[in-house]
Amino acid sequence: MMRSKADEEEYWHSSKFKAFTFEDEDDELSRLKESKQAVNSIRQLVEEDDDDDDDDTEKVSWSGEPVGSISWSIKEMAGSNQKIDREPAFPRIPTEPSTLNKSHSGLSLSSLFRGKAKSENFQSFSDAFSDSVRIYAPELRKPKSEYKDYVCDWSPEETVQRLLQGKAVSLEKFRSLQDKLLLLDFAVAAHDGNVITAVLIYLKRSLRKEVLFRELQSRQTALRHFIHYLTESREQKLLLELLRALGRTEDMALLQYKEHLSITDENNKRDFLKSCLSLPFSAEDSAHVQDHYTLLERQIIVEVRNPFRSGLHWSTGCLMLRSCCQAADRQAERGGKVEIYQRFPRKASILNMPLITTLYYCCFYHYGEPEGTFSSPLNVRRTFKISEKQYFVTALAARAKLKAWSDVDALFTGRNWLGFTRKKSPLSFHRVVDVLQRNSAPTQVLQDYVALIDDAELRISLAQKLKCHDIVISTFRDMKDRQMLVAYRGKVEPGSAPERKIDDLLNNQQIRWKN
Amino acid sequence: MSPLDRIANMSTLKQHDIVKLYKVEYKATVSLSDQLCFLIRPRIQTVKWICDVVNADKAVGRFRRYKIIFTPQRFFACEAVLEEEGVFGDVTTDEWAFYLLPLDDDILSMELPEFFHDNFLAGDQRWLRTVGGALHLLHSVYGPFSKLYGIGSCSQMTYEWWREQVEQGEQGARPAEIGSVFLIDRDVDFVTPLCSQVVYEGLLDDIFRIKCGCVEFGPDVTSSDRSVKVMLNSQDKVFNEIRNEHFSNVFGFLSQKARNLQTAYDKRQGMDIKQMKTFVSEELKGLKQEHRLLSLHIGASESIMKKKTKQDFQELLQREHCLLEGFEIRESISFIEEHINRQISMMESLRMLCLLSITENGLLPKDYRSLKTQYLQSYGFDHLLTFSNLRQLGLLVEQQGAETLTVMESKVGKLVNDKTAGKITDAFSSLARRSHFRALSRKLNLVPKSDEEYDLRVPKDMAYIFSGAYVPLSCRLIEQVLERDGWAGLEDVTRLLNGHEFAVTGGSRAEPNSDAQRLVLVLFLGGCTFSEISALRFLGRAKGYKFIVVTTAVTNSSRLLEALLGNHA
Repeated sequence: MMRSKADEEEYWHSSKFKAFTFEDEDDELSRLKESKQAVNSIRQLVEEDDDDDDDDTEKVSWSGEPVGSISWSIKEMAGSNQKIDREPAFPRIPTEPSTLNKSHSGLSLSSLFRGKAKSENFQSFSDAFSDSVRIYAPELRKPKSEYKDYVCDWSPEETVQRLLQGKAVSLEKFRSLQDKLLLLDFAVAAHDGNVITAVLIYLKRSLRKEVLFRELQSRQTALRHFIHYLTESREQKLLLELLRALGRTEDMALLQYKEHLSITDENNKRDFLKSCLSLPFSAEDSAHVQDHYTLLERQIIVEVRNPFRSGLHWSTGCLMLRSCCQAADRQAERGGKVEIYQRFPRKASILNMPLITTLYYCCFYHYGEPEGTFSSPLNVRRTFKISEKQYFVTALAARAKLKAWSDVDALFTGRNWLGFTRKKSPLSFHRVVDVLQRNSAPTQVLQDYVALIDDAELRISLAQKLKCHDIVISTFRDMKDRQMLVAYRGKVEPGSAPERKIDDLLNNQQIRWKN
Repeated sequence: MSPLDRIANMSTLKQHDIVKLYKVEYKATVSLSDQLCFLIRPRIQTVKWICDVVNADKAVGRFRRYKIIFTPQRFFACEAVLEEEGVFGDVTTDEWAFYLLPLDDDILSMELPEFFHDNFLAGDQRWLRTVGGALHLLHSVYGPFSKLYGIGSCSQMTYEWWREQVEQGEQGARPAEIGSVFLIDRDVDFVTPLCSQVVYEGLLDDIFRIKCGCVEFGPDVTSSDRSVKVMLNSQDKVFNEIRNEHFSNVFGFLSQKARNLQTAYDKRQGMDIKQMKTFVSEELKGLKQEHRLLSLHIGASESIMKKKTKQDFQELLQREHCLLEGFEIRESISFIEEHINRQISMMESLRMLCLLSITENGLLPKDYRSLKTQYLQSYGFDHLLTFSNLRQLGLLVEQQGAETLTVMESKVGKLVNDKTAGKITDAFSSLARRSHFRALSRKLNLVPKSDEEYDLRVPKDMAYIFSGAYVPLSCRLIEQVLERDGWAGLEDVTRLLNGHEFAVTGGSRAEPNSDAQRLVLVLFLGGCTFSEISALRFLGRAKGYKFIVVTTAVTNSSRLLEALLGNHA
């Protein structure tokens, strides 16, 4: 402390950074050596800050004390002897300046009050005698520690080092904000999430949350650890406050929305979703949450509630008749009055199912209901602005499953609200065939649609796969491919109608075959 | 199968006076024992459940002794829970530093699937030390390493941590058994694990889910009413020959094998009694064993074929290849859209969406909105949370004009002071993480020219693991760096990958061409796929390396995405 500036420089830079070494012997020389190294390592980390002489003096003052020579286990000491003057086997990787420097600039305000902070430090030092030190005593070697208690005062870095080694250590004595943040920054610099979290838990206990939040803002790594810790320990309330303080309103909204997943009662869940509508989602997500709420509300009506009792009004009398059997599907199913539930018993309730599943359900059980009823597919389509293609695919699958081929057919034609002319489809026809075939449509139905596939090759391959002979034959005829036709003759049943048809074509003198 | 099964099965545990094994979950224990020992991963939730058990016992005045063994280490946060719940001291704790489970001769798994979620999504670095510890363990047993390469910020931090351990620790002079080490973060390459696997072992994992090197084949494979658990490793002679093969070769191989087996059985015709005796004592057991394995793998292949034809696998692969090549993007989008519209597999749709986003450097805002809406309609609105996770990780994002971004960033940077600028840069960092797959693919020649015929039976490069359509980025990086002995000449590539690359030389004095020097340890932080392992095996054969893969867990597209789903409480 009394050295000249030049001396000091030399002192600081006389040795390269090395890891701590701890000798068993307590002689003055080795003690000095240790402390020198310890201090040097700190120096390296806080280099940018050296305009502040107070800081340095403070650290040097530690070096006057025997630092950290107690309680290191035998194992470490055994290892330490051999490495004192060894060069590191592997180099450090030059990285961008550590977060430490940045965080120090964040401390500028508190450094104004450094004097006070220091005196607090001092006080904590004296406190250490009375209580806090004893907390970490169990692990220490007893006889020595009794004596060492008086002189040990681990720096933030040494404390972090101990934490890194998984040792019990008391953080209580770090009372100034500056010390707390140093702890945090050293922990972050050590890349150990476990230690970062340990320090954060202490900061959470000992700092007002507004102060903690403020400091975390400029420490992204620590912040992410804190958020993860709060998430894991399910401290929802504090987490929300944190996100609010950070101005991350969208994350806040999503976090609150997430809570609906743990609500099992459908009515409670619906009410909860309703309360979510006012949360600050992005415009896009806001619409989705609205849809989620509307969907669940709709599902509850279709599944459980009777529309008469709940006071929903239908515009015409004829609709009233319909709604008698469409409402409250659960009852309808239990009562066994409605035929479709007997033919196709429901596998599960519609509650909490995705929108498209709900649409499928409505196309399955409530097809053809007028648009005014809540369970009508058309109503669902309109309410949720389902795309034409999506509606089409779903209706197709549902009606095909029921083998309602006339409904299927009508999807492609009669519906002038879709603006279709004869057999047009928003879905390519080979997909249509795929959907139909998965629902085991008979060949007569399939071939109508196979015939509509534009791409001849695709048409033939599908027709062959599905045994739509007529289509294969007429396609080969159109392609004037005699050889393929002859080859195909071998694949159809002898004496069958397709075979006769092939023979007729082959004998037809009018056709100009290309081969 | 769990890691514990691999290390100590129930009968071993019984020999050590363990009465019964329970799964730790959210319910009261039924055990009547006076001592309860909990072997758990250090998770806050699990510790809370244990506290409930202890407190419930306390409430009824029951005295037991409790011990928690945390593996691989205890976390302060878990101990804090014990303290808060008032059971600290009632419960003693211990650590089991279990780092590596050898799944095979060349695969070491840390069995830490949570590494991926915790580290990359939540940004919690708690497992870095564990990985560093594993590296340290390998170093102290098989080191010293002569070279370390790596890419990714976690790899870098892990390296730093490990280096400090080495410096602090003792280092005896030992013969080096491992030449170099390559560390790679999973987020350097998300494309590879998102591709459908078509190499046999990868396919088995995609379809049947291999757990801890063990797969359970159901009745459809065994053609009996029982399920069988099969260990999949190089001990299984049949499996060992097909595991790295493209699936199209597997059938041919298996039928050839079946014919050989038949011939071997047929030998016994015309044997005299002495020959028969030798046959029965020496060969028959082996043949029977082979027979059993062969029929299992044939059953598995059949089952794979059935499942894959049903879901139009061929078309799916074709679309995937188009995405990798960057052709027919519109068609691929409408393919994915139809997939979603028809509510075909929720995971497949998500996988294809992510693949589209990464390969295209994000989706056009219009496409993003429309696909997201349709996805939510088909699979549930609660996937809002999934999309938020995927966006955070940069797996599924909206495209932003690159120029506008930089312009904005520098403008904003000028206006505000450093501290705020830092914050803004953080906000931008998720955008900056956008993939540059197309440029990377060009620079590293990841997509071979498609006009050449690719003979999958005689693979000429690592692309064979994806039917010749794509060389896995991760493995290509490893290949290039080993070849160049560092990152020199790859500056363009590392810049696109967001940097954090390193190559350091250690003090090992091993001869440059010794066997040990050809042994390369590849450490995947965040998981690797069986396809990548197959590719490395191929690379090893082609270039004379021997690769040992160390991974936090074996992953595949489903596991990777499941870790990011947000629709569970």
